[in-house]
Amino acid sequence: MNEILNMTALELSAGIKKGEVSCQEAAQAALNVIRTRQDQLNTFITVTGRQALERAAALDRRKGSGPLFGVPGAVKDNLCTQGLRTTCASLMLERYVPPYNAGVIDLLDEAGTVLLGKLNMDEFAMGSTSETSCFGPVKNPWDLSRVPGGSSGGAAAAVAAGEVWFALGSDTGGSVRQPAAWCGVTGIKPTYGTVSRYGLVAYASSFDQVGAICRDAADCAAVLDAIQNHDPRDSTGLPGEYGGLLAGLNGDIRGMRIGMPAQLFGDELDPQVRHRVLDAARVLRDRGAQVEECCLPAADYALAAYYVIACAEASSNLARYDGVHYGKRCAGDVGLEELYLRSRSEGFGSEVKRRILLGTFVLSEGHYDAYYAKALAARDMVRKSFEELFSQYDLLLAPVTPSVAPKLGQSLEHPARMYQTDSYTVCANLTGLPAMSIPCGQSEGGMPVGVQLIGPAFGEQTLLNAAHAVQRETHWHKLRPPCFGTGGEGT
Amino acid sequence: MRWETVIGLETHVELNTDTKIFCSCSTAFGAPPNTQCCPVCMGLPGSLPVLNRRVVEYAARIALALNCSITPLNRFDRKNYFYPDLPKAYQISQLYLPIAREGWLDVEMEQGRKSIRIHEMHMEEDAGKLIHHPDGGDTRIDYNRCGVPLVEIVTEPDFRSADEVVAYLEQLRSVLLYLGVSDGKLQEGSLRCDVNLSVRPEGSQTLGVRTEMKNLGSFRAVRRAIEYESQRQIRILESGGRVIRQTLRWDEDADQSIPMRTKEDAADYRYFPEPDLPPVELDEAFLTDLRTQQPELAAQKRARYCKDWGLSAYDARMLTGQRSLAEFFERTVALGAPPKKAANWIMGQVLRQLSARNLQAQDMTLQPKVLARLIALVEQGRINRNTAVEVFDAVFDGGDPEEYIAAHGLERISDCAQVRQAVEQVFAENPRSVADWRAGKEKALGFLVGQTMRMLQGKADPQTVNKLIRDRLTEE
Repeated sequence: MNEILNMTALELSAGIKKGEVSCQEAAQAALNVIRTRQDQLNTFITVTGRQALERAAALDRRKGSGPLFGVPGAVKDNLCTQGLRTTCASLMLERYVPPYNAGVIDLLDEAGTVLLGKLNMDEFAMGSTSETSCFGPVKNPWDLSRVPGGSSGGAAAAVAAGEVWFALGSDTGGSVRQPAAWCGVTGIKPTYGTVSRYGLVAYASSFDQVGAICRDAADCAAVLDAIQNHDPRDSTGLPGEYGGLLAGLNGDIRGMRIGMPAQLFGDELDPQVRHRVLDAARVLRDRGAQVEECCLPAADYALAAYYVIACAEASSNLARYDGVHYGKRCAGDVGLEELYLRSRSEGFGSEVKRRILLGTFVLSEGHYDAYYAKALAARDMVRKSFEELFSQYDLLLAPVTPSVAPKLGQSLEHPARMYQTDSYTVCANLTGLPAMSIPCGQSEGGMPVGVQLIGPAFGEQTLLNAAHAVQRETHWHKLRPPCFGTGGEGT
Repeated sequence: MRWETVIGLETHVELNTDTKIFCSCSTAFGAPPNTQCCPVCMGLPGSLPVLNRRVVEYAARIALALNCSITPLNRFDRKNYFYPDLPKAYQISQLYLPIAREGWLDVEMEQGRKSIRIHEMHMEEDAGKLIHHPDGGDTRIDYNRCGVPLVEIVTEPDFRSADEVVAYLEQLRSVLLYLGVSDGKLQEGSLRCDVNLSVRPEGSQTLGVRTEMKNLGSFRAVRRAIEYESQRQIRILESGGRVIRQTLRWDEDADQSIPMRTKEDAADYRYFPEPDLPPVELDEAFLTDLRTQQPELAAQKRARYCKDWGLSAYDARMLTGQRSLAEFFERTVALGAPPKKAANWIMGQVLRQLSARNLQAQDMTLQPKVLARLIALVEQGRINRNTAVEVFDAVFDGGDPEEYIAAHGLERISDCAQVRQAVEQVFAENPRSVADWRAGKEKALGFLVGQTMRMLQGKADPQTVNKLIRDRLTEE
């Protein structure tokens, strides 16, 4: 069974189309792994089980084309699914069932995939470790005492553990790339506006972007081909010609100019991580790219600007959870003010409260100019300096995080230190640029390390080609954690 | 000491687009609760707003009519506050870049014309409605109104009396109705205003401390609230007190203002740019199109009626009171009716019929060509005026005047021989009256005319009858 589980999504779909394996068998195999591993990894909040098998059976009868036809996947629990609870890993929405599907859910459906369930995450996508979930922390499949990263930790861990062939996450400040790096899988955050946010429960609207976590770059290309489009329901969506990324994937990077911003290789960077990232740079150079160091001074403002703007937007986006309309409502017959206070106090976890408070503060009268307006100005500076860099380079290469996955519980005590780990990833969110994380080896302790590639707007094809070039030459993305699949404990 | 009242107005206007400002739900008034809402206007998690371009168009048309400068690049902002009728806990509005600024509206008053300056106008979404249980039990929420498009028009503090405010509101309402962008119905809440009011010693140039009054649902309430609040402030100042800056609610039943909150606990709305909506560009081509499509407004029509057609100011005001009435008038004139005659007919007979039927001009089925034809028949002397009124009443709900006249034999007798014959007969039958007249009793003439008219069933021209009788009397 591990043979099926070890396939990429493209290989599995090819096998299904050839009749070598049925869609039901694949779904059942994955459900077996989920059942075996759920207690250890806690990757899922909701497993669709019977519903998924029925869908798989229907697909087996139908037969279809398309590179993802028949492939089981799962989505982060902040993507609305009609009739299927969507919790954002918060007590606030523990029993919330949306009446509509997110745009990307319908697109995955059209692509002929099977939804196995909803993945665990940091509460409302706020966090870098997937420990703030009201359903308990997700564990890293490579080391159960470590975090998988966040906020799409369930998504990265599920792909790494062989529970699904692909997953959708969301990336607001690195929430797809960072857990992908820490779990040793491939993750991509496309250009802001190229995947519909309709039905993605908002954290920070200017940065939120749905992304894919997969086994390799080719699978990422196929998933992006399925979900990128211009959805008229999302006004921040960008018109463009979507699709064709998989067809355009040739791994040809000869003459590609790649810059390594010195500011993203600072003193805080763990030397082991630095070495692995430079290994990846070397592979690219060997394959014909020109790789050189470059300068990105504005990067110093990125983290502060990101947290000010993200928290400001979050404080407004999460105000609707007030106990009046839906979701958690405090017990007892209390007055309106009390209802607000108690419902929100009981419904939100401490990290969410911290960000709401920060955001409320920076937007309040007398502070707006000192914080929010300054952060917007800093964002413009970061955008400009990236624009300048992309007049010289086709891609930028950097680490994803300063270190490998930390132990569970370490980060929660030091929120500011946890925020620091987002330094390398937030730039792509401030600028809206596409970026991905691909495995580039392991630390001495056997924990995966990721390398980040950042492209110009609409530069997904370039990104994927560079990633594909690395993955053709290396086996890093093929490394599997000890608990991969059912580990012999089941079939 | 003599006091001067200084007032500024904030008026919310509900636009009558078919669908809401950020989703495609219907805006129709009066539907059962929560039957016109969707994930977007209910603010469900994950939903996103999409701007209804028609709202921008309507707002821009109002801005043009109010002589405002229009912001070429519009942005929306979020106004954050908690209230159960606001499901997102923020209202999408405009703070930093409102669609229009710096305009004016000329208001005609008995004392003359006054120009009220417009400070700014912005677009925003309406909130839902709370329905409190009459027994004081639970409160329910109706989301139907959530997301109905509004513009808020803010004036400078240019008013000095309730009369001016009411005149402005009536003028504004007329502009909105002429533009066709709002129902302008106060009782359905499609026009709501807040009054900012302060008083100061007459001659003073500095503004006093102001209060804001909300919940003014009728012109009468506006007038009462202004009178009440300015008296209240004057009383405080005259007794040596200080007016405090606060928000008041006008209680129409109690006929008094009730404090809601003071400035100290005023809400901090934490406005910031709405990240879910990109900026909206209003390019010159779009505005040029709107300018050319802009209908003629009541004030312009009034000026034209007086200047080109010699109507009195009073008549011009009556005719332009409703856009459809003015249009009816203009079409009647275009069909050849003399303007003054058409005006008299409309202000007399048409309004009489409408009020008898309790109808608005826009609901009238009468066609301008029918009235024009009727006026022409009178002008040509084919029917007399009294007959015309009878025909008018008969065809008001439909029918052809000439057919009616023919069917009822109402055409005027223009044949002198026929009249002369009738006169002969009347003279023969009433020798006594003839003798009376000759004896100097002038009144007898009237009797003879009446008898002749009766014989001719009223279809003769009374003047002709009069002349023939006089001729006949003096013949002998």
